[in-house]
Amino acid sequence: MRAAAIFLTPGLLVIGLFFLLPIAASLLLSLTDFDIYALGDLGNARLVGFRNFVRLLADPLFWTSVRNTFYFVLVGGPLTLGVALAAALLLHSKLTRWKGLFRTIFFTPYITTLVAVAIVFRYLYHPRFGGLNRILELFGISAIDWLGDPRWAMPAIILLAIWKNFGYAMILFIAGLQAIPESLYEAARLDGAGRLQLFRRITLPMLAPTFLFLGILTTIGYFQFFAEPYVMTGGGGPLNATLSTGLLMYKQGFRWWNMGYAAAIAVVLGLVILAFSALQFRIEKRRSA
Amino acid sequence: MARLHRELAGLFAVLAAVTGCAGGREDRATVRFWGMGREGEVVRDLVPEFERRNPGVRLVVQQIPWTSAHEKLLTAFVGRSTPDLAQLGNTWIPEFAAIGALDPIDSSVARSGSVSPARYFPGVWATSLYDGAVYGIPWYVDTRVLYYRPDLFARAGYASAPRTWGEWRDAMRKVKRIQPPSAHPILLPTNEWEQLAILGLQKGSPLLADNGTRGAFSGPEFRAAAEFYVGIYREGLAPIVSYSQLGNAYQEFGRGNIAMWMTGPWNLGEFRHRLPPAEQKLWMTAPLPAPDDSPWPGASFSGGSSLAIFRGSQSKPEAWKVIEFLSEPAIQARFYALSGDLPASRAAWDDPALAGDEKARAFRTQVERVVAMPRVPEWEQIAQHMAERLEPAIRGRESLPAALAAIDADVDRILEKRRWMLAHRREQRGR
Repeated sequence: MRAAAIFLTPGLLVIGLFFLLPIAASLLLSLTDFDIYALGDLGNARLVGFRNFVRLLADPLFWTSVRNTFYFVLVGGPLTLGVALAAALLLHSKLTRWKGLFRTIFFTPYITTLVAVAIVFRYLYHPRFGGLNRILELFGISAIDWLGDPRWAMPAIILLAIWKNFGYAMILFIAGLQAIPESLYEAARLDGAGRLQLFRRITLPMLAPTFLFLGILTTIGYFQFFAEPYVMTGGGGPLNATLSTGLLMYKQGFRWWNMGYAAAIAVVLGLVILAFSALQFRIEKRRSA
Repeated sequence: MARLHRELAGLFAVLAAVTGCAGGREDRATVRFWGMGREGEVVRDLVPEFERRNPGVRLVVQQIPWTSAHEKLLTAFVGRSTPDLAQLGNTWIPEFAAIGALDPIDSSVARSGSVSPARYFPGVWATSLYDGAVYGIPWYVDTRVLYYRPDLFARAGYASAPRTWGEWRDAMRKVKRIQPPSAHPILLPTNEWEQLAILGLQKGSPLLADNGTRGAFSGPEFRAAAEFYVGIYREGLAPIVSYSQLGNAYQEFGRGNIAMWMTGPWNLGEFRHRLPPAEQKLWMTAPLPAPDDSPWPGASFSGGSSLAIFRGSQSKPEAWKVIEFLSEPAIQARFYALSGDLPASRAAWDDPALAGDEKARAFRTQVERVVAMPRVPEWEQIAQHMAERLEPAIRGRESLPAALAAIDADVDRILEKRRWMLAHRREQRGR
């Protein structure tokens, strides 16, 4: 008993100090109106109960950011996994050559710095000199102001996020594919299953745990998207079309120094992520039961 | 390459400072100075001159990018690692004074032989005050004037820039007639709050009422200004675009797709660099027009940066020496030559580089008529919110009175804390 306590103490201390304490602090912060005045004198912070949350729910900018965030998660998430799965299937195929090379190429974006990538993409998206519009011109499509037009800014950012993130999911999909016993496919083929049936009845179900894991990971990551609009659209423009909830939180907290309000946003965002992850677990559990 | 050298030199200076302190060999007092952006870069060129005149003081300049300056300063304040001296955007002074990061310097000003309020433009001096005390010395001035195309004005029948709002709108309409259909007479980027705030000030609106605790945006003065402003967009005289959507404003100006632009002194340099020599005749500056019932020129806002000493500084007398040095007219003129920033001290304007520049002359007239924005810490947040919240009215999706009432409601909410603070302080004094 005592030995267990001795072994556990360091770990628990670290978790408590760097994980539980900050969470408790931000919960507490969200119930205060800690702001620039409180920075000078702590006596200027007041406990305000749930007023931050009431104000938040009435703040149109918050709802804009929620809409944008869901747009990004619900469109960007599935597309990322889709592209990753397609790439994994191609790389898993016995006919593919240079597998190691392609795997490395597809994985590289994931380990590059997002800020550097975002700056390069900003050049690609430039309305007049950008590479993307040059390519579109070849097909007779007139120039699109990717990052300046409220309708195109979000698709442009989603495109960047897919390119940046699909490599990681692809690697895990390949691992998942390799774990599927060949005997299953053989048996199914003997029973006369076609390629589509093999994919739907064997590959997809066997990949379900991978899907769950990647689904939750991608959702959590994408709900917090921040650096892309921070670097590419000057903090959420045009017309707040790329203002994410994470970015709003940053602006309220570190731009206007409304720490209490920013903490409330953080709490709400955390709850949303928690709910989504629980939902995915649930769906998966019901499916496999 | 030269830049790299300078940066390396800066790095070595910092290293030297660190090792110097550690070794304890240094008997000179050190002043750590944070300069922002371009100013932080060019002010290094003035350091040798300062150190030559003040052998007992070493001036270490650290350059901070503008985009993260505010954050860095606040973080430094929380972590008790503020510099001795910093360049502060004028709108930040109330904030840093309110949290107790700055020291009032009234007594230094009173004792000083070279820095005194009389040597500054009154509207500029006012920006360094908070609660009646002096918290900074203006370093350079930023304001807005009207950049325009004299050739297009001449073709539209105007020999000079407009002086009243009536003439101004008339000029826009006439210029519109001679422009191609896709062009606009004036550029007013929708994301810039300064334009409307200036028009409001010109009409005599205080912008904030009751000692800066309530919005005054639905008051009659501001409403008149907003009607004029929104009318410009609704009549199609200005494009409804934010600055980043515009592409290249200089090119559009050079092509005549824009004939007027309300913008600041940094664009004197930009227009000179970006427009080809043949097009240099195509732009001119003029002081702002005034409302029809007030004298010309119309007021503009008083922005720019001040130099402020932090409360935590260990070398305040030395930091004050740096302020006095940078405020000397000759040094101000040199700083103008280095940075293009307009001097805050009157005497520096007699320097031939400025007095002989016909395009800078409009600024000389304008700085006599500048007004400080409301001196409350929340002002920037309020101003940006105002510009954002007005956009539906500009686009005709909402009526102007409704938008202004909504702005006032939001501003009252933002200022709730300030009202509480002031009431709280009164209560404490009463006890």
